[in-house]
Amino acid sequence: MYPSRFQYEAPTTLAEAIAILAANDDAKVLAGGQSLIPMMKLRFASPATLVDINNIPGLDFHGADADGTYRIGALCRHAHLEKSTTLAEHQPLLASCAPLVADPIVRTRGTFVGSVCHADPQGDWASCMVALDGSITAVGPNGKRSIPVKEFVAGPFTTVLAKDEIAIEGVIAPAKGTRAGGYLKLERRVGDFATAGVAIALDMSGGVVTNAGIGLTGVGAQTVDAADAAAALIGSSLDPDAIEQAATLAAEVSKPRSDHRGSASYKRHIVSTFVTRILGNVQRAEMQVA
Amino acid sequence: MALDEVKIGGLGASRRRVEDNRFIRGKGNYVDDVVLPGMLYMEILRSPLAHAKINSIDTSAAYAIPGVRMVMTGEMMAARNLAWMPTLSYDTQAVLATDKVRFQGQEVCAVIADDPYIARDGVEAIIVDYEPLPPIVNPEQAMAADAPLIRNDKVGQDNNVIFDWEVGDREGTDRAFAEADKVSEISMHYPRSHPSPIEACGSIADYDRSTSKLTVYMTSQAPHIVRAAVSLVAEIPEHMIRIIAPDLGGGFGNKVPVYPGYVISILASILLEKPVKWIEDKTGNLISTGFGRDVYLKGEMALRNDGKILGVRMHTDSDHGAFFSDAQPSKFKIGLMHSTFACYDVPSAHLTARGVYTNKAPGGVAYRCSFRVTEAMYFQERMVQAAADDLGMDQAEFRRVNLVKDDDFPKRTPFGFLTDSGQYEKCLQIGLDAIGYDDFKKEQEEARKRGRLLGIGISTMTEPLGAGNSREYDILGIKMFDSAELRVHMTGKAILRTGAKTQGQGHETTWAQIVAHELGIPAEDIIVEEGDTDTAPFGMGTYASRSTPVAGAAVSMVSRKIRAKARKIAAHLLEVSDEDIEWELGRFYVRGAQDRGVTIQECAMAAYSNVPDGMEPGLENNAYYDPPNLTWPFACYIATVEVDPETGVWDVLRLVAVDDCGVRINPMIVEGQIMGGLTEAYAMANMQFITFDEDGNCVGSNYMDYLLPTAWETPGFELHEVVTPCPHHPIGAKGIGECATVGGPAAFVNAVMDALKHTGVRNIDMPLLPDRVYEAVQTGNDISGMPPVKTTDE
Repeated sequence: MYPSRFQYEAPTTLAEAIAILAANDDAKVLAGGQSLIPMMKLRFASPATLVDINNIPGLDFHGADADGTYRIGALCRHAHLEKSTTLAEHQPLLASCAPLVADPIVRTRGTFVGSVCHADPQGDWASCMVALDGSITAVGPNGKRSIPVKEFVAGPFTTVLAKDEIAIEGVIAPAKGTRAGGYLKLERRVGDFATAGVAIALDMSGGVVTNAGIGLTGVGAQTVDAADAAAALIGSSLDPDAIEQAATLAAEVSKPRSDHRGSASYKRHIVSTFVTRILGNVQRAEMQVA
Repeated sequence: MALDEVKIGGLGASRRRVEDNRFIRGKGNYVDDVVLPGMLYMEILRSPLAHAKINSIDTSAAYAIPGVRMVMTGEMMAARNLAWMPTLSYDTQAVLATDKVRFQGQEVCAVIADDPYIARDGVEAIIVDYEPLPPIVNPEQAMAADAPLIRNDKVGQDNNVIFDWEVGDREGTDRAFAEADKVSEISMHYPRSHPSPIEACGSIADYDRSTSKLTVYMTSQAPHIVRAAVSLVAEIPEHMIRIIAPDLGGGFGNKVPVYPGYVISILASILLEKPVKWIEDKTGNLISTGFGRDVYLKGEMALRNDGKILGVRMHTDSDHGAFFSDAQPSKFKIGLMHSTFACYDVPSAHLTARGVYTNKAPGGVAYRCSFRVTEAMYFQERMVQAAADDLGMDQAEFRRVNLVKDDDFPKRTPFGFLTDSGQYEKCLQIGLDAIGYDDFKKEQEEARKRGRLLGIGISTMTEPLGAGNSREYDILGIKMFDSAELRVHMTGKAILRTGAKTQGQGHETTWAQIVAHELGIPAEDIIVEEGDTDTAPFGMGTYASRSTPVAGAAVSMVSRKIRAKARKIAAHLLEVSDEDIEWELGRFYVRGAQDRGVTIQECAMAAYSNVPDGMEPGLENNAYYDPPNLTWPFACYIATVEVDPETGVWDVLRLVAVDDCGVRINPMIVEGQIMGGLTEAYAMANMQFITFDEDGNCVGSNYMDYLLPTAWETPGFELHEVVTPCPHHPIGAKGIGECATVGGPAAFVNAVMDALKHTGVRNIDMPLLPDRVYEAVQTGNDISGMPPVKTTDE
């Protein structure tokens, strides 16, 4: 690869990293580099400075706090999540998504937080975070702040992070009841961008949905929050009518483009089909438990 | 005491590939690994537009960058009469654009700099003022009455048609249709695909003023042809040109043509008197170099009610891009398209073909096939399925009725090729038994009742591989033979060189096996070398599955020449006359006294130490081989699939392959070739194509959009074999590298179409992407994948 010339910095503390970001215009944070480096290779991105955070200790973690809050650190790789039994136990949606992210090579290096920060409407994790109503913790010169994911993305490939802020973790609030859900993605080949993807997070209590979120991948200029579709599920026991309504509303809120991956109407149909399939799977699992 | 042939690595030994010793250690030596002292780096500026007039080019900002040595433009090339170069199809192709750009990705300028980063900075600094012209991305647009003229550079070219051509028996075919009980029809597009070798193209040109010698390291499947072409184009004497094709990271036909980048790097080296390296990136490779296919196929078949085919009509509209630079060695405008229906008994056939220019990349190549044979066999097997369905006949039975019978050989195909051998029905039957045809049909019926869509698709074919003979096949007048040179050293070890060029086929392994078979010298005692025109004998290179049929035959023949001389030496050593000498593998002995003998190694030593009076010393020779005919491997591929009607996604349940490539030199390598070919066949059927939007932008310019299947989605393959030795090849072998790519796609597509039979859909164009399959299921309409692809917000 022959990118444009850039300055490379490899700080060992967050404070140092923040100072470098503050001092340099057009600096980018490098974590897994699985989106940034290909863009630099093609010279679609030509940052003047790269701030490599891989030498900063304390960012490679994920797990649940005592109260059930789940945290995923800025250097936690997709592959760690994919292989984690802890994640599977607490976050069924994320666990079902992890093996579908990109391909095995990308998963080895790429990071969860980096993927969310990339703010690509094709990002799988962003849809999950929207469904889970998660947040990003950022640190800057003035300390930490928490930004809900639904406010974090300002547009395609843009976030509300200030130039001297670094996203250090993704945070997911504890479940109200039992957490259920799943991720489905249609792709032409492993590692392809999604033709369409659906993330559904549910909190279940006694077979009834107490909380719900639906995020859609690849069917809009940014990750789609299918809030109305999710709201239609709350209070239901995932009966066929509720599922059908959610599927219809999710398809309606999608704004896909017609392109070589398929027509807009096809992508909407896939959204509806996948909502139906994920909810059907949850409903069948609930029946088995009951 | 003959040697055990398999133990010494002769025919039939699944010998491990010797070249892999270096490849798996990362010790391969590719063009990009070669570093020469003082080497400069070249990068090409490519056109962002598909069709545009060039008003001006400003290179001053590029020259201002420290480390930029030279910026080459079309004007500079034109001043040396190199702005245009001849193509392998007797057209011309722009090296660097002078007047206008004719496809997105066309070469406009080249920057030569001290390192590749600076070269790219230089490219970004060039300012080109383009005046957009309307682009043409399919034959229909190209042939429209008001279509803009793409090749306004050509005197006398007043439309976008390249050729109108026909072959076959028009009147006889008309009569067949007049007598038919039923006529079946089908229309398809075989989409543009790309061979996409993992190593892209590149060259290092090194012109030495002091010796006047030009050395070029180059990614070429046919280095000797390049030497001849460079000699003609650049007017450098042939003996002063050395082309070295080192290790190649795949070719698949993509590395047959001569590309502008090679020519520009050569001129740059001559002008700067420094080695100049050009290494294309993936996008450059995908958007500008030799593609495959892109042809619209229309067919009609005249049928009798009992299933007998009476005649076939075929029309093709082929899209050649901006320059007619098909890399093919035949006299036929549309390659070997008329090899279609070679395995069937079809009394008469007629083909019309029209080729057009479009604003797309030029350079049609035979992507893992003999030229256009893939399209020919896809057409054939899709047409056969449609005809059987129209007659309400079983797919297998319809084929049985029409396949050429074993005792009908030699047999003229409907278009005049001569097939010489085959056991087609046996091949089909092995496939049907392996897949459990009748059981699957029952399972399919049961599943249909529960709303599940299963399908089974058959593809049977024979294809002409291994051009030439020299009567019908040449490149720029050079006949399609090939060569081998064998030197046996005094200790019985040997070096073999051929005019072919391995790029993954395993020649270093298999050629030694042929020598081992002929001479009894263990394969591990033979080193194989190819690709350096200063040392290798003249040959036409490796493509169209011609290595084993032609160069492989030359290896046999040169070994036999060596054996003939060794026999005389043996007679001398054993003190008997030549006629009293018998041969068994690795050893001559006295007839009637088998224990009195000498080994081939002893003969080799004597060749350098104790030759009979009057014999010249040494044990080396060469052979040039002009094959009497093409070889005709044949195959039956059967796929079973399940289609998800809700999403259009289809999964391959099983794929059974039955291949007959005659005698197998190295069964393991043959199986690898078949699996590789089936993987590419699956890719074409399932995901792979290069398409264009209405502005002529290439959709498929990187590996996110041009999809190569991974191990994850590639199905498993079950391989079977039939062995019918080729009657004219010295060891009975035939080509195999390409059979599965040629015959495979129709098996997958036929299976999906079979699953959708109840919907009335006759055709979905490849690739059978889920959205196309879903739309067909929903609407019951055929789905055409003709570009332009529409990209729209709702």
